[in-house]
Formats: sequence, C-alpha cells, structure tokens
Amino acid sequence: MKNLLPAMAFLLAAPMAQACETFTSGDISVQQAWSRASIGTGRPAVLYLEITNSGAMDDALLGLTTPAASMPMLHETTVTDGVAAMPHAASIPVPAGQTVALSPGGFHGMLMGLTDPLVEGQTFPITLTFEQAGNLDVTVDILSMRAKGAACDDAK
Amino acid sequence: MRLRHIQIGLWVMAGLAALAYGAFILRPQMNTQTHETTFRSEFFLADGAGQLRTTDEFAGKFQLVFFGFTNCPDVCPTTLSEVAQVMDDLGDAAAKVQPIFISIDPERDRRLGIDTFAHAFHPAILGLTGDAEATRAAAESFKTFFEREDATDATDGYTMSHSAALYLIGPKGDWLRQFDYGTPADAILSDLKSRF
Repeated sequence: MKNLLPAMAFLLAAPMAQACETFTSGDISVQQAWSRASIGTGRPAVLYLEITNSGAMDDALLGLTTPAASMPMLHETTVTDGVAAMPHAASIPVPAGQTVALSPGGFHGMLMGLTDPLVEGQTFPITLTFEQAGNLDVTVDILSMRAKGAACDDAK
Repeated sequence: MRLRHIQIGLWVMAGLAALAYGAFILRPQMNTQTHETTFRSEFFLADGAGQLRTTDEFAGKFQLVFFGFTNCPDVCPTTLSEVAQVMDDLGDAAAKVQPIFISIDPERDRRLGIDTFAHAFHPAILGLTGDAEATRAAAESFKTFFEREDATDATDGYTMSHSAALYLIGPKGDWLRQFDYGTPADAILSDLKSRF
C-alpha cells in the first residue's frame, strides 16, 4: 500500500504535467525537459532535456538561468575506470542536424541554491542561452525522485 | 673459536637462504589466495539514528552496496532508482536482499539527513554515515575509491568523486561481483534471482 500511493499519484500527475512540450527558437528546439523532486532546498537538483538543432550551423548551449535556483550550472558526469566525477561544462556542443541529450550519466544541469523545494507534479521555468540561437524559455516538469527519464515517453 | 664463528655464520646464511627460498615459493600462492578467498568486504558504520551497523548483522542476506553522497544530483539518484526498482520487483524475495547506501561525505550527509534521502527512493534502503576513519576503512575493504575535490563553484566549496559501481555481497559476507554504473534494474534482478 505504501508503494502503491506514490505510484497512483504518479499516474494522476503524468497526464496533468505538460509533458512533451517543445520549445523552439530559430533552428533550436528543446523537448523532454525534466527534473527530480527535491527534499527541501539543501541539496542541488538536476536538469535533463533534449536539444535538436535542425539548422545548418553548429550551435552550443552556453548556460542557463532560472528563478528556481541561485547557481544553475552545466555539468558533465564522467565515468573513468569506474570512478564518477562531475566537472563543470563550459558549454555543450549542439552540432548542425543533431539532437543532443542532457541525460542521466552524461551532460546535465546542476541547480544549486534552490529557492524552493521542487515538488513532484509541478513545473519551473528556465532560460537557456545558446551561442547562435540566443535565449530560449523552457518549462521543466518535476518528476518523482525515482524518475529515470521524461514522463512523456509513457504519455505518447 | 674462529671456526665456531664461521660455523654459526654459515648456519645463519643457510637459514636465511631457506627462508628466502620458502618466501619465493609461497608468495605467488599467497597472492592468489588474497584475490580468490580472503576478499571480504566489511563496514562498521553509524546509521541515520547514530546506531552502529555492521556487515555481520546481514549474514544470510545478499547485500547490494552503493557508495555515494546525497549532494550528488545525477549518478546517485540514478543508481538508487535502479536499486529501488529491483527491491519492488523482487516481491516476496525482497526479504533476501538488503540494499545499503554508504555515504562517502558522511559529515555533510549526517547534517542533511541520510534517512530522508535513502527512504525517498525506497524504505528498505539503509543509509550509513560513519565517521571519516570508519568510512575510509569500509571503502578500502570494498576496494572502492572516493576523493574529496575542492571546487569553488560547488555547494560548500567541494564535491566528491567516487566509484559508481554497485557491489553485491553474498549471504556469507563474500564479495560476489559489481554492477557497473548504468546497469538496468532488470539485469540486476535476473542476476539476483539466479542466486536464490
């Protein structure tokens, strides 16, 4: 029963969340933006999304801002000889005609200094800055702490 | 008198030679033994309530052990989600498996609360925050690596790098295998079921 309740809450929340929404600026579009619920504000939260560059020119994600966190940064998880480290990524290349994923175990946004706890089922706004395409506002779905991927995969 | 000295000297040299030869013969075997039979992983660490918990108390169970820290936004939640999935999918057999999350950043995690974090993934996951020395000893016995890295742009000015594997300890306390980072819950589950 204890496990059933969160599962049911998730089923109810999934159709309500604005999952799979695509945000576009010029040749750049962003979809499947999600994060995990946080416990309070003491620990950094994460940000995952997919970026598609449909243009002929290479672009790069340079950074992000959000009212949800005072120090949002781009990071990359590297696993070398089984040891995971998380260096800061100065920028994330988005080559022409390609889709790049910020996903578990790879590039991700690290949201330090949360202003409020991230609550499952809610959303928060971020502004991504691209080298070529400029700024792009994106809405991020807050999923369960146990989420492994965007909820819209199931909703499709 | 002189002859007696020489005699003693010769006996000492013969003794040393015998010892050296013995060590030379035995050394490769001792090394093999260390790798194959004497590799046991142990911990003596405090849980979220400050109680000392040890490997021995889980004798008879399989232990799924992960070393991480709660300020870790990517690797640790991903692995703990897989572990939580495994525990759910085990059903009744979940009683045979104890998932354990050992903090390699125990001081901060004690302050932030190890239980709320571990239980957010699954109530069965035992979170441990020992003192620095006991944590280092546990990591060494699991042959796992962690290191504090100063980073001015990180929360509290530092972050941790660490081995991201999940370790499987058998019912007799023997180290069985590791699951590399990114091993899906299904693969861990089928491995466990093959051992019951």
